[in-house]
Amino acid sequence: MIRLEVRKNSYYDSVTLMLISKEVKNVEGVVDVLVGMGTELNKELSENLGLGSPELKEVSPNDFFVTAEIENEAVMAEVIKKVDELLNEKKTSSGSDFKPATLKSAMEMMPDANMAVVSIAGQYAEEEVDRLLDQDLNVMLFSDNVSVEAELKLKKKAVEKGLLMMGPDCGTAIINGIPLAFANVVKKGPIGIVGASGTGTQEVSAMIDKLGSGCSQVIGTGGRDLKSEIGGLMMIQGFDALVRDPETKVIVLISKPPAPEVAEKILKKVAETDKPVVVDFIGGDMEAIKKSGAVPCLTLEDTAYKAVALAKGNEPVDFVGFSQEISEIDQLVADKVGNLKPEQKNFRGLYTGGTLADEAMKMLGQTIEGIYSNIPLSPEYAIENLSEVTGHVCLDLGEDQFTVGRPHPMIDPSTRADRFKTDIDDSVAVALMDVVIGYGSHEDPAGELAKSIREIKKNLKNQVVFVASITGTEGDPQDLKHSQKVLEDEGVVVMPSNAQAVRFVQKVMNHVLAKEAK
Amino acid sequence: MHKIDELFKKDLKVINIGLESFSKDLKEQEVPVVQMDWRPRAGGNKKLASLLDRLK
Repeated sequence: MIRLEVRKNSYYDSVTLMLISKEVKNVEGVVDVLVGMGTELNKELSENLGLGSPELKEVSPNDFFVTAEIENEAVMAEVIKKVDELLNEKKTSSGSDFKPATLKSAMEMMPDANMAVVSIAGQYAEEEVDRLLDQDLNVMLFSDNVSVEAELKLKKKAVEKGLLMMGPDCGTAIINGIPLAFANVVKKGPIGIVGASGTGTQEVSAMIDKLGSGCSQVIGTGGRDLKSEIGGLMMIQGFDALVRDPETKVIVLISKPPAPEVAEKILKKVAETDKPVVVDFIGGDMEAIKKSGAVPCLTLEDTAYKAVALAKGNEPVDFVGFSQEISEIDQLVADKVGNLKPEQKNFRGLYTGGTLADEAMKMLGQTIEGIYSNIPLSPEYAIENLSEVTGHVCLDLGEDQFTVGRPHPMIDPSTRADRFKTDIDDSVAVALMDVVIGYGSHEDPAGELAKSIREIKKNLKNQVVFVASITGTEGDPQDLKHSQKVLEDEGVVVMPSNAQAVRFVQKVMNHVLAKEAK
Repeated sequence: MHKIDELFKKDLKVINIGLESFSKDLKEQEVPVVQMDWRPRAGGNKKLASLLDRLK
């Protein structure tokens, strides 16, 4: 039976409610349950889950609802009790400070506010951000589902006013040393970054910290900034600010390959500055970058190495190897492949960071032919049926098809835990994962991944080679060293970067493919 | 002076609209933050919201 409870005018944020939904599912007698605000999206999701009802159709986006399929009437009381318990817990943990309902009263409480972080549902974001810009506030817009038209309008306004409008869908920024949303604790230093790719920017900034340097500012632009429609407005705005900033000695630009005319516009700007510039247009045109006088890069890690070299006054050189001695790496590879059975032929990449998954596929493309994915390098390798994957597969678990009704896998490790059960079987030779720590992320993603690996090993006959890298720093709340140890204790090969983890996988797959060819 | 240049010279002071965990993270780092009790204007009713706008 389906039961519904509605509370009028009670507002909670979506991540809180998604996490509560997950916990309430464990109540005995519950078949399925959805806890959410009465948005069209949530109502549709309820229908799709078979939890719809005529009453639910009537609720408004301002109403909070619990809809559940339960085994008997008594269970609903338990469900409601659990929901209230969890809501109360969240309330206490977020403190009892006064929370103003309007921007006017927020500005009265903090007249010298200089940054707003916005993570409300995308459909409401344009209006709110417009008001924030009117108040001369810089904005980080974390929300997605904001139209291109709205983005263009807001960015034009920000440019006119000389403000930052980072986003939409901007996951990471570090302003004046303070990590915002999903970001790592990176030392202060001479390298300024403007990045259009969230996890890519995290990987580079964390790596700069690991290499003993630091960042002056890390500015996010949102993933669409370098498309023709937006024309790189915020990358240029951020770049100009870093050129003027006396703390910034080296500038790093990160983006997936931009629209050609946008790349041209940005590289023209690059050619005009005296500051050294490192550009990673992930897989983009390296010659054009060189021509502009900037330093092109091979991987995210290589980007960090080159920026740090320039900051230290050294010549930047390509970094294509391993931090460890190659003889040690080869020994480790030999130990691992020695245990592989002939039927273990496949590669699996299960990523929470989209840019990291993309980088892995681009690098592995040289070794493995045909990696199937939900973000494939070419359309013929798009996975049609996600419930049945075969061959070599690399997934970006942060994409929409995995995040309907649940938080991003960097917050909620259960998405990857579920994929482990379906995607890692005895045909797999090597599995590659990312672990992104830092503010915003889950409190112990390495521990959760180790748990998934421990569980799947019980079901496997063969020994799969597990390889991972951790995007993070010693300063992060989750503790980089601890995270590494937890994974190594589970037999995972932990590499210092995504690029090195991929290179390790390449070496394993070379053995597998050579054996197959015999 | 350019407003972004001013931002880089001052301590960060944040208004957070949405996920409260972002406020919590900033407080942990001793960054001044005001968490707004945001909800859709006019209960998400677009007609009513545009009427409210006209009242401004």
